[in-house]
Amino acid sequence: MSSGYRSLRRRVAIVGVGESDELGKLPHKSALQLHMEATRNALADAGLAKSEIDAVFTSGRNTAADVPEYLGIKPRFVSGTQVGGCSFILHLEHAAAAIHAGLCEVALITHGESGFSRVGMPQQRWGDDSVNNQFEVPFGAAAPAVGYGLVATRHMHEFGTTSEQLAEVAVATRKWAALNPRALMRDPITVDDVLSSPLVCWPFHLLDCCLVTDGGGAVIVTSAERARDLPKKPVYVLGTGECVTHQMVSQMPSFARWEAAVVSGARAFEMAGVKPSDIDVAELYDAFTIVPILALEALGFCKPGEGGSFVSGQRTAPGGAFPMNTNGGGLSYTHTGMYGIFTIIEAVRQLRGECGPRQVPGAKTAICHGTGGIWSAAATAILSTER
Amino acid sequence: MAETSRVLLPKPTPETRPFWDSAKAGRLVLPFCDDCARFFFYPRPFCPRCFSGRVRWQAASGRGRLHTFVIHHRPPRNLRLPTPCVIGIVELEEGVRLMANIVGVPADPGHLRCEMPLVAEFEDAGDDIALPRFRPVGVP
Repeated sequence: MSSGYRSLRRRVAIVGVGESDELGKLPHKSALQLHMEATRNALADAGLAKSEIDAVFTSGRNTAADVPEYLGIKPRFVSGTQVGGCSFILHLEHAAAAIHAGLCEVALITHGESGFSRVGMPQQRWGDDSVNNQFEVPFGAAAPAVGYGLVATRHMHEFGTTSEQLAEVAVATRKWAALNPRALMRDPITVDDVLSSPLVCWPFHLLDCCLVTDGGGAVIVTSAERARDLPKKPVYVLGTGECVTHQMVSQMPSFARWEAAVVSGARAFEMAGVKPSDIDVAELYDAFTIVPILALEALGFCKPGEGGSFVSGQRTAPGGAFPMNTNGGGLSYTHTGMYGIFTIIEAVRQLRGECGPRQVPGAKTAICHGTGGIWSAAATAILSTER
Repeated sequence: MAETSRVLLPKPTPETRPFWDSAKAGRLVLPFCDDCARFFFYPRPFCPRCFSGRVRWQAASGRGRLHTFVIHHRPPRNLRLPTPCVIGIVELEEGVRLMANIVGVPADPGHLRCEMPLVAEFEDAGDDIALPRFRPVGVP
């Protein structure tokens, strides 16, 4: 494998982040409007004007042209890579490559999704003769809970992971949400609350499943050189990785190991030149409680099969040894459908020290990691204020 | 992922039609690569492992094991599935995995376990389509 990717280390920085003005249930706003609000807020954070954006990365639309049109931007570099919720973390790698190659200078990565209210959303349905509609949908697999649950069951079978361990993730994440005024669900919950919430798709109870919300998020990326002249402390991209192993969950290579994340994580750590023990704060996409458990194993924070015991004893909660999903995650803060952008936004705010009561003291290096589709894609980014 | 909005049944494409025609006749057939001497799934007119075009259909035993499963309490209403229903990944004796519903057993984690032996059957789902499903060996 070429090692040229290492040349991307620390070449670019994130200089602006923002969410839409509101997050939650927003029947009065279209998906494109949520893109606009997030972009406007990220630009203000970066101290840049819209006219300075020359590249747009977006996902989840029928065409990547509608977002720039709505925003009134004519990008000379555009990318609509769509592999599911982690697409925006992949975009970070793609933007770094494009900026480093001189194809663009100021990249906007933008997300807007009316995931709950479904206002101004593109049609989403597998075609009657798609492989999904032949080999999965007729058996009831349309909802993500099915494919994520299939992995949870096999992980329980092979490693003895328990429903209580899954619940620990939901409980710890809710404690972080209580510290985030923008989080939708902030009332404390217990392991018993999770286990006594209605079964959605065994082994998942309702509180094992992410929220379904409306919202947007945006990230502005530029060269490390340009970043030094901007108002906020630059957050450098140390390493990135991505991998796609399948599309339909029935084609997943292993149901107890997240192969795509093993690949994306190894590459990101190698590019970054850091180890898991160097990470101060982790933002790991939590569509369901099992997802960060497999991510912790795949990224090397614990051994295969030990993710359940790793999260036990509220280790990932505020005050715990491993601060994880400090915004309250997709489980309790917001989950529009494609949550990945919010892992980047929170990591940047943690590294800048902007997080108030939920600030991880002295956080210098963060990891963002996401899933796309049904464990189909994985993307990892390691960020740091240290250059 | 996509929400279905009406009753949806598989609509075969040219490369999958023999699978569905056989299913309608009550037979499970799988694509087999003569170069790898291995089965693969889902059907394609080439081997996704070695890219060989020397592939053919071969009858499968219909026997397999439950690799993993969920018990879905909110199946889409337009699929005529019972609530709750069991959705499994079955590992066939031929070494390939496919998704199917598991029947003949209570939709209860106390009655299901990974690796339990299963056997295929077919459920008529429309004029041209029968869907494979599996039940535990020895359960009528």
